[in-house]
Amino acid sequence: MIKINNLQARVEDKEILKGINLEVNPGEIHAIMGPNGSGKSTLSSVIAGREDYQVTGGSIDFEGENLMDLDPEERAHKGIFLSFQYPVEIPGVTVSNFIKTAINESRKGRGEEPMEAREMLAKMREKTALLEMDKSYLSRSLNEGFSGGEKKRNEIFQMAMLEPKLAILDETDSGLDIDALRIVAGGVNKLRSADNAVVVITHYQRLLDYIKPDFVHVLFNGRIVKSGGPELAHELEEKGYDWIKAENA
Amino acid sequence: MSDEILDEITASDYKYGFTTDIESDTVPPGLNEDVIRLISEKKNEPQWMLDWRLDAYKSWLAMVEPEWHNVTYTKPDFQAVSYYSAPKQKKELDSLDEVDPELLRTFERLGISLDEQKRLSGVAMDVVVDSVSVATTFKKTLAEKGIIFCSMSEAIQEHPELVRKHLGTVVPKRDNFYAALNSAVFTDGSFCYIPKGIRCPMELSTYFRINEANTGQFERTLVIADQGSYVSYLEGCTAPSRDENQLHAAVVELVAMDDAEIKYSTVQNWYPGDAEGKGGVFNFVTKRGICERNAKISWTQVETGSAVTWKYPSCILKGDNSIGEFYSVAVTNKYQQADTGTKMFHLGKNTKSTIISKGISAGKSHNSYRGLVRVGARAENARNFSQCDSLLMGDQCGAHTFPYIEAQHPTAQIEHEATTSKIGEDQIFYCNQRGIGTEEAIALIVNGYCKDVLNQLPMEFAVEAQKLLEVSLEGSVG
Repeated sequence: MIKINNLQARVEDKEILKGINLEVNPGEIHAIMGPNGSGKSTLSSVIAGREDYQVTGGSIDFEGENLMDLDPEERAHKGIFLSFQYPVEIPGVTVSNFIKTAINESRKGRGEEPMEAREMLAKMREKTALLEMDKSYLSRSLNEGFSGGEKKRNEIFQMAMLEPKLAILDETDSGLDIDALRIVAGGVNKLRSADNAVVVITHYQRLLDYIKPDFVHVLFNGRIVKSGGPELAHELEEKGYDWIKAENA
Repeated sequence: MSDEILDEITASDYKYGFTTDIESDTVPPGLNEDVIRLISEKKNEPQWMLDWRLDAYKSWLAMVEPEWHNVTYTKPDFQAVSYYSAPKQKKELDSLDEVDPELLRTFERLGISLDEQKRLSGVAMDVVVDSVSVATTFKKTLAEKGIIFCSMSEAIQEHPELVRKHLGTVVPKRDNFYAALNSAVFTDGSFCYIPKGIRCPMELSTYFRINEANTGQFERTLVIADQGSYVSYLEGCTAPSRDENQLHAAVVELVAMDDAEIKYSTVQNWYPGDAEGKGGVFNFVTKRGICERNAKISWTQVETGSAVTWKYPSCILKGDNSIGEFYSVAVTNKYQQADTGTKMFHLGKNTKSTIISKGISAGKSHNSYRGLVRVGARAENARNFSQCDSLLMGDQCGAHTFPYIEAQHPTAQIEHEATTSKIGEDQIFYCNQRGIGTEEAIALIVNGYCKDVLNQLPMEFAVEAQKLLEVSLEGSVG
């Protein structure tokens, strides 16, 4: 589905990604772990197309297409979704209006008709129930006055509504209490299928108890320095990141 | 946001830039007593009206054009302006079929199909094209309730006692330079009277536009809500594209008697000038309302047009327990300049006022909020809440706030909140990531920002205003 080849990127003069290689296939869940400042969030921003990052080498191929040629919204139309670590507030724009606009702009981008109001409403009901959200969420201003947990849940709600092919969850577990974590992870699991893939970016093993990854990668100093199965996450949890740092010093 | 996008926005052309060929009956440029006599004569006015105009003219001659506002422009040459222009249509019209087809086409291009409006929205409209009313609709329905809704010219003929009693009582003819000029030369406008205890069953709506090159527009509007009555009045403007500056100096007076309520909504979209700031309408407007006991006046405005805007819809809260409200969205782009806000005069006891002002500046424009809250010596328990927000797009525009507060009573409670923000790149990127392109993202964010004001507009007007915001900021950002 997505093939990242020797990807290098910088912000201003600082080189952050120094040659990332990663391949994710439909139906797979990948976890990317690593200490602070290793480049995890940069990787997700570059995949999503944020302009602040300058790609200096390598390539990202999504379903046979070069992502570098596409604007962020075009990448979204192709089915790439990023759950933000710090979701932004948009005062005065309700959650329902925002998601409606997102869905219909994405459809327009793919040359499809807008979604019928009735279908939209039914879908919103279904997905709020899935994430155990109160319907009043829908009429609140997007992320304005939301608690950390509400913001993250709202991200997964949008993911559920947009039904992306590739979802990147950037530190979705941060700011969540244990109940919210269970609900959010439960939502992600229910949305899993043989046709879509999830990349979970996280600091801790905790989230991976709920969203079971097929592959775990350790990102350090701009490179993936170790890959393995779910057991790698446990090893990291036990030993911390120091041994990785020592090995790659 | 990149400069490219900014340029794109800034380059979006005035959507309503066109003129139509209608034969006009225009007075040669210049202003003197003879011109005023001519206007009055053409309109077949009574002597008292002419005397009133001449008196205003004499005052105006001694007045100086104000310079305290935060706008710069080349002062109009008042002798180069033609003070009267009427489409040549002598006879009274019974239906739209009799209206000049060219004029109807103009309406259609503006999206104002009278027929559609009449059939679908149930809105009665008094359409003013260049100073003279050409069609008045729904008069019958209104007449059954005793509501008078007609052109000012007609009101002077048919209801002279009402006009004479109220004209100039809220905005005196010597009030200010532009109001005095308007009093001397106003050609037409709308008049509305709601009798005691009557709730006007429909939104009253007037579409103003300028259609004659070099024609100043001097509209005069008078709305009188008698005791315990209610009316919602809509005013909307679009003007064709022009090279020369056009002068617009309107006066609007609202009289809300005991227990009455007037809701006055405006969408203003006069030609703002081209990408270099050339041309565009000068909009110097005096709008004021007076509230008697328990009365309420609510001004809502969405201002997107004009090269220069100078406008402060105000409330005189004379009666005890009266309420004044001002909700405003002012958008400036390219080289537009706006100096707008409100004045709330608290005179009676327990009077309340609310001010919500949302300024949006883009391009190389300047947007100023100027507001006065004055609590008089007898205004016990007066309360005011003001919120003035500014949104900046790009780094070449300016937002300014000039709040004035004068409290002469110790019980006064006055709150003022102000914010200045930019549309963040992170907001845009967040929208982009959800599949929303940058232009739609800006429209979405701006509409969210203005929501508190747009919510005050009647439904169909809100939709129109929302579209207008999108057009005004097309391709825009921050």
